[in-house]
Amino acid sequence: MTNLVLLPLLIPVIMGAVLIFFSKNEKAQKIISGITMIALLIGSITLFIAVAVEGTLVMELGDWQPPYGIPLVIDRLAAFMLLVSAIVATSTLFFAFKTISPIRSRYFFYPFFFFLLTGINGSFMTGDLFNLFVFFEVMLISSYILMAHGSTNFQLRETFKYFVINLFASMLFLAGVAYIYAATGTLNFAHLGVRVAELGQDNILNVIAVLFIVVFGIKGGLFPLYFWLPRAYTGPPTAIAALFGGLLTKVGLYAIIRMFTVVFNHDPDFTHTVLLVMAAFTMILGVLGAVASYNYKSILAYHCISQYGYIMMGFSIFSPIAIAGAIYFIAHHSIVKTALFQFAGVTEKITGTSDLKKMGGVLSSHPWLAWLFFIAAMSLAGIPPLAGFFAKYPLVLGGLEEGNYIVVAVALFVGLLTLYSMIKIMKFVYWGKAKHDEERQKVSVRKLLYSVAPLVILTVVIGFGAEPVLQFTTEIADEILDPTIYITSVLGE
Amino acid sequence: MSMKWKTNNLLFIHITRVTAFLILALSIYLFFAGHNNPGGGFIGGLMLATSILLLYLTFDRRKINKMLPMNYANWIGAGILISLLTGLIGTVVGKPYLTQFFDYFTLPFFGEFELTTAVLFDFGIYLGVGGSALIIILAIAEDT
Repeated sequence: MTNLVLLPLLIPVIMGAVLIFFSKNEKAQKIISGITMIALLIGSITLFIAVAVEGTLVMELGDWQPPYGIPLVIDRLAAFMLLVSAIVATSTLFFAFKTISPIRSRYFFYPFFFFLLTGINGSFMTGDLFNLFVFFEVMLISSYILMAHGSTNFQLRETFKYFVINLFASMLFLAGVAYIYAATGTLNFAHLGVRVAELGQDNILNVIAVLFIVVFGIKGGLFPLYFWLPRAYTGPPTAIAALFGGLLTKVGLYAIIRMFTVVFNHDPDFTHTVLLVMAAFTMILGVLGAVASYNYKSILAYHCISQYGYIMMGFSIFSPIAIAGAIYFIAHHSIVKTALFQFAGVTEKITGTSDLKKMGGVLSSHPWLAWLFFIAAMSLAGIPPLAGFFAKYPLVLGGLEEGNYIVVAVALFVGLLTLYSMIKIMKFVYWGKAKHDEERQKVSVRKLLYSVAPLVILTVVIGFGAEPVLQFTTEIADEILDPTIYITSVLGE
Repeated sequence: MSMKWKTNNLLFIHITRVTAFLILALSIYLFFAGHNNPGGGFIGGLMLATSILLLYLTFDRRKINKMLPMNYANWIGAGILISLLTGLIGTVVGKPYLTQFFDYFTLPFFGEFELTTAVLFDFGIYLGVGGSALIIILAIAEDT
């Protein structure tokens, strides 16, 4: 049943190509993409179960044996990420049905939505560094288009910056690929792991490792390379921003996790300390941006940054419990952030603005919206029993066990500020007297909430069911901390 | 920055009528040469785009759109589909995705002859690359 591996990759790319033919027919596009998305979700769940039961699945594309061919490798981590990506994308797509205007959807919104998913899923699945670069490009090219989609002045300006910085990152990525190929003579992750272990991770390989930290740090929005992120994620329509904030930057973080467990795992004193310092600064500077901002979407975008810091913190502490927490955090953050961005979109639809100071009193006119937002916001801030608490708890615990007291203190302080800025949104937007007129108070958003509500329910569910989920992520952590499992499942022996 | 073309440049038009088809023929030759010699879908596709663009340059856009009523975006879609579905042949017979199959046939008159599924895959790339190149250049050309 290794053909199962292909589903998360082939379903979106084939259906994306089919959707090109229907670009003028909005209804057909919606029906086809809805069915595709559900098929993708089912495919990802099946794959997830298969991997959870049988262990790592490997497919050698074109029947070329590794290390010469390009394998698709799905271990538990990849299967987990694919599942999260499918869930988040499903919700976003159904949200997009109701919010992307017909004029916009005629310009290939849905095909590029699926090509973006192809790039994201491919990056999770590939077992080859150059192939990772290719899928990054598939993802980035689609994201440039989606980010500029609609061509407002603000979007074009921010997309240009995003484009330039990512082009530069891709160039560095390619240079890194060339360096590592020159040093080791292979690009297959598993084979790289073997070769780097043989060579010993000394000066030159550490330089290459830092190059990859820079590359993936730019794509993953880490300090000091996140400056493009807040404004770029504020510009596009909410459905797109939700997908970007929830999923896109995770790919950079996933690439760091993959590279620094399988390949560069021999000198954690150096590489993981660099990552830990970056994580601490990312957390604190991201949240300070959010505290200072009064724009709904840009608060959320700044919070994305600080949450990436948490994920990186968990990973760079590099103990099983902290990594399990980081992986749980990825799932929690993807779900909650996508929901919050969608709430921003719904609120903007009601009030007609995303400036906090011009809003107020949405609670009285749209109580469901406000309370669902409250749950998601508290989950982001880390209030038990919601998922956010169980995401941060293992990080703090792992940090204390390893004696990284400073970063734990930073994380707790940032958690407090996160709570503050969520309450700020609550206070300005939902409490107080209504600042939107009667007509706007009657705007019905019930249909929009149908796509968000499952995410909110999910954050409650994985909060209450944190034990099995954390147990599974601990299994993932154990698996990725022992790179020989990955290496033997790809190379045999 | 609009430049007025001479509307009736006789020499240009007559040479184009011939060269456009020569380039098209070369593109098809390069496409088939591609498997074991220099060439292939990517280069062939670019040449295809060149030959059509030469027509656009010589005659005006309205005339060409009437002559070749095609939506180049559909070329890209068709190209991606052909390439990806060719890859699926492997999975049907129990091999991994993208496995290549080939065999030799002897035809009367033509002699020995290799048929491979890589050509189909390449044809998808040919269409995709040709379509994208045309779309990009035409979009820039419109934007004056």
